[in-house]
Amino acid sequence: MSADAEIPDRPRPRLADTLRRFGLSGRTAVIAAPALWLALFFLAPLFVVLKIAFSTYALARPPYEPLLAWTQEGVLQITLHISNFLRPIQDPLFANAYLSSVQIAGISTIITLLIAYPMAWFIARSDEKYRNLLLMLVILPFWTSFLLRVYAWMGFLGQNGVFNQLLQGIGLTDAPVQMLYTPFAVYIGIVYTYLPFMVLPLFTTLVKLDQSLIEASGDLGAKPFVTFLTVTLPLSMPGIIAGSMLVFIPAIGEFVIPSLLGGADTLMIGRVLWDEFFSGRNWPSAAAVAIMMLVLLLIPIMLLARAQNAVVEKGA
Amino acid sequence: MRRGLFIPIVAVLGFVFLYAPIVSLIVFSFNESQLVTVWTGFSTKWYGELFRDPQILGAAWLSLQIAATSATIATILGTLAGIALTRLGHFRGRTALTGMASAPLVMPEVITGLSLLLLFVSMEAAFGWPAGRGFTTIVIAHTTFCMAYVTVVVRSRLVDMDRSLDEAALDLGATPLRVFFDITLPIISPALISGWLLAFTLSLDDLVIASFVSGPGASTLPMVIFSKIRLGVSPDVNALATIIIAIVALGVAGATLFGMRRAKN
Repeated sequence: MSADAEIPDRPRPRLADTLRRFGLSGRTAVIAAPALWLALFFLAPLFVVLKIAFSTYALARPPYEPLLAWTQEGVLQITLHISNFLRPIQDPLFANAYLSSVQIAGISTIITLLIAYPMAWFIARSDEKYRNLLLMLVILPFWTSFLLRVYAWMGFLGQNGVFNQLLQGIGLTDAPVQMLYTPFAVYIGIVYTYLPFMVLPLFTTLVKLDQSLIEASGDLGAKPFVTFLTVTLPLSMPGIIAGSMLVFIPAIGEFVIPSLLGGADTLMIGRVLWDEFFSGRNWPSAAAVAIMMLVLLLIPIMLLARAQNAVVEKGA
Repeated sequence: MRRGLFIPIVAVLGFVFLYAPIVSLIVFSFNESQLVTVWTGFSTKWYGELFRDPQILGAAWLSLQIAATSATIATILGTLAGIALTRLGHFRGRTALTGMASAPLVMPEVITGLSLLLLFVSMEAAFGWPAGRGFTTIVIAHTTFCMAYVTVVVRSRLVDMDRSLDEAALDLGATPLRVFFDITLPIISPALISGWLLAFTLSLDDLVIASFVSGPGASTLPMVIFSKIRLGVSPDVNALATIIIAIVALGVAGATLFGMRRAKN
């Protein structure tokens, strides 16, 4: 400091220059801050899960055996248990949970697509004045609490619920129909929750779709249905894939919907993981379930990444 | 034309499907009866009940604090990630950062929650931090998944932005930091606001991740609601839901009107 005062001509070293001397330019900091955060709190935890999945349950705090241990002879010993990964094959509860997760997520995705496609088409072809309003109506429920929207269906589908009152009112049934706590309610819950995720990418592809191609097909004598199958559908494929994966991926890991709307017998992997962790306190088993869920989602996630690139590129 | 009717009908039914449960939730929050779905008369007593419930009020306050803190950190980190991925050209690890910044979006919540809890437990065993679990661990967890959403919002805004403004300022001799604060930041500020709001909402709404990384004594609002509704419907939850929906509807409508007025000018 005093040296600076004595030589007034020399410019004071700026903070940026000082930092740069240590290789810390602003550029590096901008990249490093989010990268370090994500490496520590997103990437590292996945490796911890992988590590603990190879451990086994122990009556201890934390409740698992360490993988690395020093033996009495001073040798570092590594113990890897693969029993957690064998459970889906050996334990029918786990196998059923996997199969029914894929089934429930798959069927819900198809139903969502069937409802969302006409909606997206309607919005994409509507007057530009109303388009933003309609889009906002699709997105608005997403901003309200997900938990409370699932809860709304509990009141809707229950024994004395609005739906049953309606059915009895118009004379379709005499006694209330059991809808809540069944797989049917889980399908409704998933379709309802993830409908906006399907509508938005479909809308994005459909709104950019060149109307003249459809007109050309019609002019050349194709029936509307044939035009749809041969022109519209293939051109909206990126939107269909992106939307479907945006529904399928979270539906596979869903916990809240099956535990609030499904019965005790509606098994899904997310629920099994939760129960293993909270009720069974078997952390290694929960970790193994998580790893196997990720493996199952690998291909859907890759499909989504490719489809999203295609959706975005078409806009450019 | 028959074909012309099919699509509007399905679309209208779709909107009915989206809103009917919410409408019924609101209607029955004003119901007198303890039975949520059988109408007996108009009453606001469940709202009164709600404001006398210290557990709900405490959880709501905790959730608001967590949401505000995580949304703020997530907005800062997400904006930095957005800038790194759009403005800084090529750097080592760019592909890795792209992947890490978007992977939390598709990661099932149960995995995010479990993995972070196992990390916190391992870290505590290794260096004694974080000591116990609660506010801090929930904020870290929420920041991590919320920043991915902020990155998407900010990044798309930066891609659309006219770069010649930045370049002009740089040519005129402004430092990159000055350019950021004087030019880039004001232009992308709507994206920062919507990113922050999105992060705030997601944090306020999260049940699964918070349940994993929370500790005794730190129950967020969704955790309290979940334990209340696990065994069935409860009218005071309807009242709470109505208040939340009203706030969100007003907020979104206000933001949309504001955005439309800005777009017109």
